Amino acid sequence: MSTTTAPEPVIRCEKLTKRFGAFTAVDAISFAVAPGEIFGFLGANGAGKTTAMRMLCGLLGPTEGRASVAGFDVFTQPERIKQHIGYMSQKFSLYEDLTVAENIRFYGGVYGLATAAIRGKTDALLQRLGLQGERNTLVGSLPLGWKQKLAFSVALLHDPAVVFLDEPTGGVDPITRRQFWDLIYEAAARGVTLFITTHYMDEAEYCDRVSIMVDGKIEALDTPAGLKQQFGVDTMDEVFLHLARGAKNAE
Amino acid sequence: MPAVELHSISKAYGATPAVREVSLSVEAGELFGLIGPDGAGKTTLFRILATLLLADSGSATVAGHDVVRDFRAIRNVVGYMPGRFSLYQDLTVQENLEFFAAVFRTTVQENYELVRDIYEQLAPFRNRRAGALSGGMKQKLALCCALIHKPEVLLLDEPTTGVDAVSRQEFWHMLSTLKARGITIVVSTPYMDEAARCERVALLQTGQVLRVDTPAALRATYPWPLYAVRAARMHPLLQDLRAYPAAHSCYAFGEAAHLSLAQPDAAAEAQLTAYLSSKGHRDVVVTPVPATIEDTFMDLLQTHQSAPTA
Repeated sequence: MSTTTAPEPVIRCEKLTKRFGAFTAVDAISFAVAPGEIFGFLGANGAGKTTAMRMLCGLLGPTEGRASVAGFDVFTQPERIKQHIGYMSQKFSLYEDLTVAENIRFYGGVYGLATAAIRGKTDALLQRLGLQGERNTLVGSLPLGWKQKLAFSVALLHDPAVVFLDEPTGGVDPITRRQFWDLIYEAAARGVTLFITTHYMDEAEYCDRVSIMVDGKIEALDTPAGLKQQFGVDTMDEVFLHLARGAKNAE
Repeated sequence: MPAVELHSISKAYGATPAVREVSLSVEAGELFGLIGPDGAGKTTLFRILATLLLADSGSATVAGHDVVRDFRAIRNVVGYMPGRFSLYQDLTVQENLEFFAAVFRTTVQENYELVRDIYEQLAPFRNRRAGALSGGMKQKLALCCALIHKPEVLLLDEPTTGVDAVSRQEFWHMLSTLKARGITIVVSTPYMDEAARCERVALLQTGQVLRVDTPAALRATYPWPLYAVRAARMHPLLQDLRAYPAAHSCYAFGEAAHLSLAQPDAAAEAQLTAYLSSKGHRDVVVTPVPATIEDTFMDLLQTHQSAPTA
């Protein structure tokens, strides 16, 4: 990432906080993500990643702090945020009992795209993924790797400024996992911002910058090379273990 | 006598084959890994071994008992941890453990020694409902419940999936402790790096065994000259390496790209460095590296996928 032009951040958090009763799930996190950046959002189970991500997607109201996503305020404009982001997770992506084309049409409709635009985008998308022959195949009968690639492309259908990817490659075979990252790189090269969580530490290496959450706080944030240098270790795995071992509410 | 043995086991769900002609043998006391992505057939194999599912053809034994004829005997000697959390969400941690002990006509006290190390980590949450535990803790409780009747064979279906790196490491440490007590462990995982923790592994893809061997032997069978290539920017590096005329395959591997060449070449490092420099890459470092299990697996996948029947 070149930072010489200092573009306006796509995601900006200032002391963003979420409390559930007496429990502080997200504790005053602050960071900014630039357009076209691949931002790795790491943390142990229970560190507060999901809560933070839900706030940034406009799905959960924060307790205090400030945050904006794609130019919209997380407190006051959550519906506008939802229209300008894409979201994909391992757990929920596409409707298994709709065909490939039906899923694309459905999501295009949800995001308010015109019928003609959906048609054009469907053709382009299927061609890019080499799925032309599967247009009328039920998504449920596609191999997992294809589903995930399709789900990612559908999340990009409405040209969102930022796409949130929640463990997108879980359970996928190692070749498909890497093909998935090719799609991520291509999207980033087109200027889309990618906000991604993963348990694969090799994938942390592919991010431009990585943040690591521990007990609701961001304990480290830098390029993978910078983090390894900071902690005097050779791999992101070691960086992660070093930070997450000290967690109090690891669960 | 092997602890687990499968002969030509096949199973289809309707027209979809899940497991095809799988034959495997796991020695008593071995820590054996089933390594493969979703859809490889791992869960189907576990369900057949746990006597929860009948194979369409083939035969299998666990601790010397036939999975069809002697299914009752097997249920007393295996501990099975399904991939999906299957304890009672509305019972507490302590109640779940007592329940599973009672089902097997034993008590928590009787076999406490076996689960002590794991259960002590759960002790602060003893009265919490299982459904309110998070990932790593649920997994530890499930392991305790699978162990409380002192099984001879542990069947663990993806115990570390979706679990963070710290909990994964702790879990594998627990498994080596259990192995030291003589328990046979068959464990599946989609994480290739965890394969190295097993004594032997079977690499699985779409219901078939690609290869069975020790991790060291699997790495040694990788057939191509392999290099780790580093440069300032990964994505253009991958694109240029794929276009490199002598390249056989190229995959990202953390901070480096792994490039295999179709032919051994003594001048490969210098040529590659010159090629990448001419493409405008900075900070280029090329080092010969030994293959990892993931390299081997991907090479087998490629061979497998390019076969006409695949």
